[in-house]
Amino acid sequence: MKAAATATLALAALTAVALLAPQWLVFMTLLVLAKGVVVLGLLVLMRTGLVSFGQGLYFSIGAYAAALLSHHFRIADAAVMLAAGAVGAGLTAALLGLLLARYREIFFAMLSLAVSMILYGLLVKSSALGSTDGFNLHARSFFGIALAAGTERRVFLIAGAVCALVAALLVHRLFGGHWGRLATAVRDNELRVSYLGASPYRVVYVNYLIAGTLAGLGGALVALAVGHVDPETAYWTTSGEFVFIAILGGTQSIAAPFMAAAIFEALRTVASQYAPNVWQMSLGLGMLVIIMFLPAGLWSLARRRSTA
Amino acid sequence: MSAVLTAQALQKNFGAVTAAADVSLSFDADTVVGLIGANGAGKTTFLNMVTGYLKPDSGRILFDGRDIVGLNPRQIARLGISRSFQIPQLFQTLSVRDNLLIAESIAAAPNPAAATEAVLAQFDLGAYAEQQAGLLPEGIRKLLDVAMALSSRSRLLLLDEPTSGVSADEKFTIMSIVMAAAEAAGVTVIFVEHDMDIVARFAGRVVAFYDGGIIGDGPPDAVLRMAEVRRYVIGEDAHAAA
Repeated sequence: MKAAATATLALAALTAVALLAPQWLVFMTLLVLAKGVVVLGLLVLMRTGLVSFGQGLYFSIGAYAAALLSHHFRIADAAVMLAAGAVGAGLTAALLGLLLARYREIFFAMLSLAVSMILYGLLVKSSALGSTDGFNLHARSFFGIALAAGTERRVFLIAGAVCALVAALLVHRLFGGHWGRLATAVRDNELRVSYLGASPYRVVYVNYLIAGTLAGLGGALVALAVGHVDPETAYWTTSGEFVFIAILGGTQSIAAPFMAAAIFEALRTVASQYAPNVWQMSLGLGMLVIIMFLPAGLWSLARRRSTA
Repeated sequence: MSAVLTAQALQKNFGAVTAAADVSLSFDADTVVGLIGANGAGKTTFLNMVTGYLKPDSGRILFDGRDIVGLNPRQIARLGISRSFQIPQLFQTLSVRDNLLIAESIAAAPNPAAATEAVLAQFDLGAYAEQQAGLLPEGIRKLLDVAMALSSRSRLLLLDEPTSGVSADEKFTIMSIVMAAAEAAGVTVIFVEHDMDIVARFAGRVVAFYDGGIIGDGPPDAVLRMAEVRRYVIGEDAHAAA
């Protein structure tokens, strides 16, 4: 119930931002939500002890699926685009998961990275998809209602907020019960899980599917926000950014990815404005400080305060 | 009494080493059987074949009349054969209660939370319920390991050295708790054990392994007195003992 109340409050606040804030803040908030959703998926995987360095794959598939609808099929409804992004990524994860769910630790991380780089290579070589430049997309309606010029992002933000909060609540619910304990059990001791009569493979597979679908949803949201897609979405630095945000926030709460994504975007904006040549270095230093002093992520600060 | 588990002519070789040579055994319901033998005699290989970790080269294993050779450990666990481990296999970062809750949930207990509380009480683990499994003393870890195996689904419980690594004065306490719980649950117990005092005290029947075969099978006092068992299993010099 506490989670539902928090979500309602968050929705109210985000709706206020969508209606009242200046365009740049609406855009930033939309990016934060989109990345938060992707990182939420990473958290789901991390519960089973796995880190994917290839979530860019699903992020990219989500973005391109949304953009292709607009560009090649003349479907310009944002709701359909979001659904297509999530479903397209989810189906790919359902297929690739059959293979990847067998691997653990560094092998899983590297294999997921490799697959995402294959997509990057294909996109770069594909002139029909604009190769390295990518292409633009336009969403002109939302659930059939035409969007007035200038209001698109405000509508997308409300849609994104609803998607993100529903996803967060579902994950919270799923992981608050047996499934969450089972995922931790797989992380701790797969042998025991098998001998108790459950399949570790199945747990990893389902969590991989959830993570892929959420990354696809995030990708579609970003595509809508930016109005453009390019192969950079599948590049390993994009995947690395998601892992960065996950570590920044920590894995203790479903709110942590969103908070960490907000801090990350704010840091990046400030750093690239005031120190354009060393902004990556400032992020790197920030990460170093987090790992050394707050290994459980920034969220542990909030927890420490509430228990003190 | 009807047999719960029947092994027929099990054969298992690892290269030139014979781990099971024509092993045929039958276990009746509601009995407690101790498996003894020196290291490498084939006790754990037998447990591993019954739980599906190893596949015998030939032979059949019938559980309730059904051949379970070729099934994997997960499928066999779902049929009701559960096992504990020589080195406790726990979920280290979770509490004792969560460890049991996972076991009961996987076993599809009608009410996992209630079943967990019952197990905590039965195994005298209530005081440790909130402690992290990875930080428990060895005796408690062994107890928790058995408690997880003995979920609401198990009908045959296999214990691989339930008292190894535990101090001598704790051994009897642990075995008493385990056996009382197994009896209350109405499960058949097969346990591997090196401590002959434990075997004599808790087993209703003893099977002695040597070199992949069986050299003794019967009531504890009879088997533990056999000359071959004394020489190859207990390690006494037969002449000196005579």
